[in-house]
Amino acid sequence: MQQTSSSVNPSLAGRAIPAWGRHRGRPGARLAWIGQGFLLLLAAAVAYVLVTNFIKDPLLFAQFVLSGLQLGFVYAMIALGYTMVYGIVRLINFAHGDVFMVGAFVSFYAVTRFQLHVWPAAVFPGLSSGLVVVIGSLTVVLLSMVVCTALAITIERVAYKPLRDAPRIAALITAIGVSFFLEFFGALYFVFSPRFIPYQRPFEVVTWYIKNGIHPMQAGQAPPEGSLTFSNIFLIIVAASVLVQILLQFLVRRTKMGKAMRATSFDKPTARLMGINVDGIISFTFAVGAAFAGLGGVLYAIAYSSIWTQLGILPGLKAFVAAVLGGIGSIPGAFVGALIMGQAEALTMGYISTPMRDAVAFTILIVVLLVRPTGIFGEAAGEKA
Amino acid sequence: MELGFLLISMVKIAAILAYLYGVLWILGHQNRGIKIGGLIVAFGVIQALLLDFGGFQVLTDFDSGLLFQACTMTMVALGLNLIYGFNGQFSLAQWGFYGIGAYTAADITYRWGLGDARGLLIAGLGVILGGLMILAVRRLVRRYKGMPVLSQFTLYLIGSVMAGAVAVFIGNALNPGLAPLFGVSDAPGILASPVVMQIVFFLAVLIAGAFAAEVSFLFGLPVLTLGSDYFGIATLGFSIVIQTLMVNTDTLLPFPEMKGGRGMIGIPKLTTWFWAFLFLIAVIIIMRNLIYSSTGRAIMSVREDETAAKAMGIDVAFYKLFAFVVGSLFAGIGGGVYAHYIGFLSPGTFDFLVGFNPLIIVVFGGLGSMTGTIAASFGWIFFLEGLLRVLLGQMGTEAPTWRYVLYPIALLLLMLLRPQGLLGNVEWGFLKRPAIKLRDAAPTASVSK
Repeated sequence: MQQTSSSVNPSLAGRAIPAWGRHRGRPGARLAWIGQGFLLLLAAAVAYVLVTNFIKDPLLFAQFVLSGLQLGFVYAMIALGYTMVYGIVRLINFAHGDVFMVGAFVSFYAVTRFQLHVWPAAVFPGLSSGLVVVIGSLTVVLLSMVVCTALAITIERVAYKPLRDAPRIAALITAIGVSFFLEFFGALYFVFSPRFIPYQRPFEVVTWYIKNGIHPMQAGQAPPEGSLTFSNIFLIIVAASVLVQILLQFLVRRTKMGKAMRATSFDKPTARLMGINVDGIISFTFAVGAAFAGLGGVLYAIAYSSIWTQLGILPGLKAFVAAVLGGIGSIPGAFVGALIMGQAEALTMGYISTPMRDAVAFTILIVVLLVRPTGIFGEAAGEKA
Repeated sequence: MELGFLLISMVKIAAILAYLYGVLWILGHQNRGIKIGGLIVAFGVIQALLLDFGGFQVLTDFDSGLLFQACTMTMVALGLNLIYGFNGQFSLAQWGFYGIGAYTAADITYRWGLGDARGLLIAGLGVILGGLMILAVRRLVRRYKGMPVLSQFTLYLIGSVMAGAVAVFIGNALNPGLAPLFGVSDAPGILASPVVMQIVFFLAVLIAGAFAAEVSFLFGLPVLTLGSDYFGIATLGFSIVIQTLMVNTDTLLPFPEMKGGRGMIGIPKLTTWFWAFLFLIAVIIIMRNLIYSSTGRAIMSVREDETAAKAMGIDVAFYKLFAFVVGSLFAGIGGGVYAHYIGFLSPGTFDFLVGFNPLIIVVFGGLGSMTGTIAASFGWIFFLEGLLRVLLGQMGTEAPTWRYVLYPIALLLLMLLRPQGLLGNVEWGFLKRPAIKLRDAAPTASVSK
């Protein structure tokens, strides 16, 4: 982050200073209104587009918001891994998005190749079909999470651990290398194959529409005029994402492991002196993040029903942007940031243009970092060299 | 056959490295006459090998293609080495600037070939006016010391929009006056002659570089204040956005001749060994003289320690931006040369995944080693594009994927075993740090500033 002020005045060190407040008292500081005016103009333009479109068709707007929420809650699950890992080892774990992709593929193989989602029916023939679906799907999700966890621990041990004392940029390049390896190794025919693969869902997606009450929609039926649609996968994603947030808050705030994680992120050498197994904690952090990414991968694949080996790149990057937006290292921040990213992307797709959906994510990143360098929930944290 | 092919390829790689060593040695020679003569000989050697003696060619089309690719890759990677290796800013935007340069230069010559001078006029005027605007706004910004970055950016943005609008207006006004000079297809006018085309190509490459540099100025000004990791992500985002724009050149941008995702075809293939050699040597000389000047030392001091550099009175923000802009300039020039070698541009070439190649080259060659970057670029192209593509091509259809499986493994091993790069800090001939000349007259040996 900008080191100008923090190095001059120790009392200001680490405090978040917005871009227009860094040079109080110098002749140019009076011209801060130019930049502020520009941002206000930008905000006004965005608000104008949103408000006019909202007035024109509130239901369509609400539909976009719903699809944005779905995206946002998926991003939230990925962003957790980024924010935890960055908080502890100050590394952008580029491979995290690819762990997410592996999660989706594991569930694909479990369902299509091995029919894992119907195992309860095979073992206990008398079981009701609803219970079979629930238990079977949970098994698939758990398998994905376990595989992702194992993968992340392997990556951490093989690639990142030997570089722990190397310059940070070496670790970043290694992370990019691991990400490439997963993508292209996965693209080999005997692994996953480079094609887009239609995803077979472990359970049926049911869609409802809201118009004078909630009605289920038949397959192939178009939603009636003036209605709002949502699906069971949307509800599952929201529930899973919120559950994960609560679990993680509990883990970090209330357990001994969480205390050790916070200590490690605060000061590694001292934590080690206090008898904390720092390497173990770092591996554990990677593992937890990867488990949630695996869960996110399965739900993402079910929701969007097509997978390929570069599936994880852009969601991964956007989740990272979300984590930065919320304040990197902060778990509620990642959640809020991800929801904002989801809305921004869905509304851009709806009202500006579909190809610019990726552009808007990075524009938001730049604007937020300029205005508030630590993100929305960010705490004071100087960049450790 | 495979063994023979392997041997010949290895010999070629060794020969090209020896050739590069020779060029750098000649460039470093004291005597100016020998220097220039040697360069001409060095140019002539490859030119002679490229000539077709009644069906006999030492360097085939495949080899010359590799040669041109290696030249452009060297320019791009040298620019990235200036940004990342010498200035310490982890940038992934280099590939985006390369793409900007390629499309700009291609558009200028493509339109010229159709008898439309607007490409050259608007782009040229825009670049000149944009440059003047940057200088003018800079004077204003310097008067108000401590102006926040956002305000500066806003001023530059307003200025560049105005400069662009004026350039479009003047260019459109001047174009009809030039149209008669192009003539018709039966009786081509003076502007349609091959000589003029060569000049236009030269200008187009320079304009492409300058345009990429100005875009990088506008982009870098706010983004360089973000800090290393965030800067890396923002530049990666830039590459992604540029590629998105390329896919939509005919829908979002008003350039139907670029044909969006289908790719731009029909670019005149004007890159000859003369132009590639000229631009390559120019970039190498500029880069070397920059690095060993006081500006270069300031750039490197920013990499070593920003706080200490600031304490020594170095304008850290300026030198970060300066290195970023010059690096992008090289990328834009490389893009212009590449576009006119390949004759076909598609957004897939500028995918951000491919954009990691120059980064890997810089890391392999050694951060902060110009020789390493040059050698690694040539080695990379000749080994991976030439040798490995042919060898793996015989193995099966999955060859390209296997290449991308092997890179990261090599990268990981390099990071673990030799993090300073293959060549480390070794420099050859011309690129060695020049001995400091003491003034003969001065009795107190005052080292030049």
